[in-house]
Amino acid sequence: MSTEVVQSRRDWLLSERPASRMQARLGRAYVTWRRFSANRLAFVGLLIIIALLLVAAFADVLAPYSPTFGDLKGSRLLAPSAAHWFGTDDLGRDIYSRIIYGSRWTLYVVILVAVIAAPIGLLVGTVAGYAGGWTDAILMRITDIFLAFPKLILALAFVAALGPGIENAVLAIAITSWPPYARIARAETLTVRNSDYIKAVQLMGASPFRIVLRHIMPLCISSLIIRVTLDMAGIILTAAGLGFLGLGAQPPLPEWGAMIASGRRFVLDQWWVAGAPGFAILIVSLGFNLLGDGLRDALDPRSGDQ
Amino acid sequence: MNAALSVDGLEVIFDRFRALKGVSLEVRSGESYGLVGESGSGKSTLLRAIAGLAPIASGSITVNGKTLGKNRDKAFYREVQMVFQDPYGSLHPRQTVDRLLQEPLAIHGFADGEKRIIRALDEVGLGTGFRFRYAHQLSGGQRQRVAIARALILEPSILLLDEPTSALDASVQAEVLNLLEEVRRRRKLTFLMVSHDLAIITHMCERLMVMQSGEAIENLTASQLVGHRVAKDYTRNLLRASEGFVRTARAD
Repeated sequence: MSTEVVQSRRDWLLSERPASRMQARLGRAYVTWRRFSANRLAFVGLLIIIALLLVAAFADVLAPYSPTFGDLKGSRLLAPSAAHWFGTDDLGRDIYSRIIYGSRWTLYVVILVAVIAAPIGLLVGTVAGYAGGWTDAILMRITDIFLAFPKLILALAFVAALGPGIENAVLAIAITSWPPYARIARAETLTVRNSDYIKAVQLMGASPFRIVLRHIMPLCISSLIIRVTLDMAGIILTAAGLGFLGLGAQPPLPEWGAMIASGRRFVLDQWWVAGAPGFAILIVSLGFNLLGDGLRDALDPRSGDQ
Repeated sequence: MNAALSVDGLEVIFDRFRALKGVSLEVRSGESYGLVGESGSGKSTLLRAIAGLAPIASGSITVNGKTLGKNRDKAFYREVQMVFQDPYGSLHPRQTVDRLLQEPLAIHGFADGEKRIIRALDEVGLGTGFRFRYAHQLSGGQRQRVAIARALILEPSILLLDEPTSALDASVQAEVLNLLEEVRRRRKLTFLMVSHDLAIITHMCERLMVMQSGEAIENLTASQLVGHRVAKDYTRNLLRASEGFVRTARAD
């Protein structure tokens, strides 16, 4: 690609007079992207998350051994070597392969929690904020009740009632993590609900449902995305915590938290058994945190142009 | 000529504060009617009450012969539209001009949206080059033109104008006022216009009402105001204030 082509493309994206809906949207996305990619650390975070996605997608190709079957006779608790990069665990399974497959479970938990919790929080918060009065009072008291529960304890109770397993762990985490999103969405809604541009839409004869869905929610989404991204590290850690307590993923699933739990018996002599999945959790959590910080700078509705 | 808009004994109460104390007025069809008064005199509140944005305690509002109930219906919004004071606050920050103009058409189920948007932009002198811009890519005058286009796109017969030019600088003010005047003549609109600028009111309106602390204190015609033929001291003070700062003669 020659430099002129790049230059003219940039001009097209940054045009002050976009000629189509598409160009306006792409231009806006491009400005956000430039703000985001100017932040080196956030970029590193994004690379970590992309790497995680790729590893999860190509786990079958990347993993040299089976994640669930090990060689009990010849390769129990081997130290890291060329054959087993991260060593092997007490059942002779290759830890490197298990971590690669474990990325799928990590993503599964994170995405499911985000998909369940964020929309619930957004809906409850915007409806409460916009409706006000009794609706607001009732919805926010329910939120307060959920917020008052200790997260891990409620998740424990939930898993105890429904039985251990990764799906129930996800559900438990989702149920305990939506209230902060509702709070954020409500606060954001309160700041815009009396603005003239919302009044103007009311004067068009728009229904409250339409106003919340099409005019208020888009304004809340960026702060919600930031918060969800920053929370993802916490979600991974809670899932790992539940796995560690034996209430999340069950053996032989290669879930990182459960792997640490099974490795803690040999943590002094065979440190790699617990150390490798711990390191994986650390890297991915760090990636989400860096990404979240970068998104905060790029998407913050109060920074730069509105 | 019959009344396009009549208000009778309107009271607006915000949390025990009486913002409007039984105001009545009648605007004839095709007329431009002005509301003047100092800040806090209730002129904007009257406008918002008519639009359904302020809590009405008592009194009645009649639009084109129909008395309004507690809730406004869609038919009302096709008759009455409003232009807000602050062009920086009245356009959604995350929507293009195109989206802004499409919204009322989608709500009221117009099929020929494309044509109407292009026509509306032409009418306010913006042209299609502005169609896909965001509000932050527009100047104050351009934003107010977009707001006027949005108000006109439903083809209302009555336009409520809440100090439509007070946030703009002088040269842009004149442009926007001329645009409003032109649109009114072409579409035979009825204007109810709030302003604290008496020059604008005398230029735009035939009749006007002077308000003070939630009450109507005087009804005048524009020529009476120009000729200083006013009955109340309050109006006289307003007139004096509008003449600006006058250096008093030094007593030597």
